[in-house]
Amino acid sequence: MNQRLLASGNEAMAMAALDCGVLLGTGYPGTPSSEILENFSALGGRAEWAPNEKCALEVGIGVAFANGRALVTMKHVGVNVAADPLFTIAYSGTPGGLVLVSADDPGMASSQNEQDNRRYAIASGALMFEPADSQECYDFLIRAFEISEEYRRPVLFRVTTRVCHSKCILERRGKSRPREIRFDKDPKSNVMIPAYARIAHRKLRASLHELEALNEKGEFTKEIRKSDELGVITSGISFQHVRDAAPEASILKIGMTYPLPLETIRRFAGSVKRCVVVEEGDPVLEDAIKAAGIPVEGKAEMFRFGELNVNRVRKLLANDLTPEAQPPAGRPPQLCVGCPHRKSYEVLRDLNCIVSGDIGCYTLGVLPPFEAVDTCVCMGASITVGLGLRKALPEAEARRVVSVIGDSTFLHTGINGIVEMVYNRPATGHVVLILDNSTTAMTGLQEHPGTGRLLDHTPCPHPVSIEETLRGIGVDNVDVVDAVLDQEGFRELLKKRLASNDTSVIICRRPCILAAVKIKSYEENK
Amino acid sequence: MANVTNITVSGLGGQGVLKVTDILAEVLFRAGYDVKKSEVHGMSQRGGSVSSEVRFGDDVASPMVPEGESDFLVVLDPTQIEVNLHKLKQGGTLITTDDVPMDKLKSPKALNIMMLGALSEKFPAIGEELWIEVVKAFLPQKLHEMNIEMFRLGRQK
Ligand SMILES: Cc1ncc(C[n+]2csc(CCOP(=O)(O)OP(=O)(O)O)c2C)c(N)n1
Ligand code: SF4
Repeated sequence: MNQRLLASGNEAMAMAALDCGVLLGTGYPGTPSSEILENFSALGGRAEWAPNEKCALEVGIGVAFANGRALVTMKHVGVNVAADPLFTIAYSGTPGGLVLVSADDPGMASSQNEQDNRRYAIASGALMFEPADSQECYDFLIRAFEISEEYRRPVLFRVTTRVCHSKCILERRGKSRPREIRFDKDPKSNVMIPAYARIAHRKLRASLHELEALNEKGEFTKEIRKSDELGVITSGISFQHVRDAAPEASILKIGMTYPLPLETIRRFAGSVKRCVVVEEGDPVLEDAIKAAGIPVEGKAEMFRFGELNVNRVRKLLANDLTPEAQPPAGRPPQLCVGCPHRKSYEVLRDLNCIVSGDIGCYTLGVLPPFEAVDTCVCMGASITVGLGLRKALPEAEARRVVSVIGDSTFLHTGINGIVEMVYNRPATGHVVLILDNSTTAMTGLQEHPGTGRLLDHTPCPHPVSIEETLRGIGVDNVDVVDAVLDQEGFRELLKKRLASNDTSVIICRRPCILAAVKIKSYEENK
Repeated sequence: MANVTNITVSGLGGQGVLKVTDILAEVLFRAGYDVKKSEVHGMSQRGGSVSSEVRFGDDVASPMVPEGESDFLVVLDPTQIEVNLHKLKQGGTLITTDDVPMDKLKSPKALNIMMLGALSEKFPAIGEELWIEVVKAFLPQKLHEMNIEMFRLGRQK
């Protein structure tokens, strides 16, 4: 029963997960990956938001140790958080299929960096697929699970913003049979003590050779034969741009990009006069191909930044290095009118605080009229960076330092920072503001362990209490305020806490105005 | 690719730009074309610039409309015309709120559908029934009547 429909890459991955019997989908929200699990859940799959990406990958590993299929999704920076389990599970592998979706964001449509996570496949030894459209998201994901099981290797499924969010026509196949769930004791394979890990590392390298041989067979490679003058080696979304930009070129498009089918590439490169590697982001394919002694041209440095598109690929192929015109800037996103974060930032601005910021809607407090965020690195860093500032600055300035973090971010990696604050407390103490708007707003209003609802918005019987967590860790003062209803009360409390040498957390609690509407509808549907 | 038609829809966050391009892409898909649709979304906050693109024809490769090659540019908010005009190709068609009967608009939320009506009129090969069928499929029942009325008003002008 094939079904033809228009689907985004994220929808296609959700359908593939359902159709190939994924037992659990888990992850942490992050653009452009968030809709994969939301769609999987809406289709009837079992999906969960973990507090962070490391937890998600580890839960997925457990499912796969029980022979089940696990799909773990996150945005590119999430893989940094999950990197520890990734590098070791790459050694041992799991009997059940384990696929980690890394949704990269070249051009930083909504990210703090544009790291190229294809490097993670090479560094860890996980094999890697790079789908170029929704159809490949669907087909490759199903094959990724099969290969993951056959070779006992985790798969890094690397997609990008344009693949996740673009829609195209998808042919969906029927469902496969569910797998048998069981746990077989096998400590030599599953427990990575040095003695076993040394063996596992050798096995990994051997199996990468087998996978390279599999890749040479061509199942995941597309060759379009046209001119003998120009050949292009490409992967992912860049393939689509190349088809438009150079309709006369021969194209070798690689679907499994680690380990690479180097012999196929060598043959192709030898069959054309000029062979250019066109890839978005870092020169990952180019470096590997050149290291294998295959003569190809790469792209100029200017094309390493941002997304590629048809015009940029034309320029790249023409070796045109003239500066690119910047399109007129649209209106940047701003905190919504009526956003509760606004009231908190007004106070931080008025008190001239040094704000160690974090990632979420509230990062927009850096823009006028607030200009009240002074640093922002990665999720969770507000608390710990703030502690560092407090330890380095002279007392008068140290007293002005405030760490500002959202509720979802606090539960993601903020808790560790509170432990650090209680353990290694600065002489002036410290003040943390948790802007609790009852949702993960930035990435599209997802639930988290503190909202009282699960991924599908049904009630969660055991929500995590932020204030009890803080008290349990040993923070001196924990207060809950509503800076919208009582901005003056909040201002006075913050002044008092800044003047003391205590460790203090003030939770500013008031739902995001967009979430409030949805929360009401979830309550009504209960 | 000469046989590909490019449409860009622009506006501000909260105006339903993404919804209306979803509807547009589905209509073209049901009409039998190869279709690709692309957009960058992810920021929840309201009020920022939003653009979404649809390409259709016999065989569409890149999902992104090349800069300056939009055959149609539909702009839902007058402040967004200038920042998007570079997307329109020379001789392309610009559709703005001046092209629809704004005085008859019953809710700002239905502006996207009224503008879709105005755009739909440029594709005579696709019948009105198909547009309405898809609008209905994408909106909750209680909004059908008003949106179909807005669609027809946009289409008639
Ligand atoms: C490691 C990592 N994972 C995911 C993201 C994507 N992301 C950015 S902000 C954010 C959470 C925002 O929620 P919250 O802290 O509650 O703030 P709000 O947006 O609701 O104000 C997420 C998931 C990220 N930037 N880094
Ligand atoms: S989406 Fe919610 S949290 Fe984000 S700016 Fe708007 S009101 Fe504030």
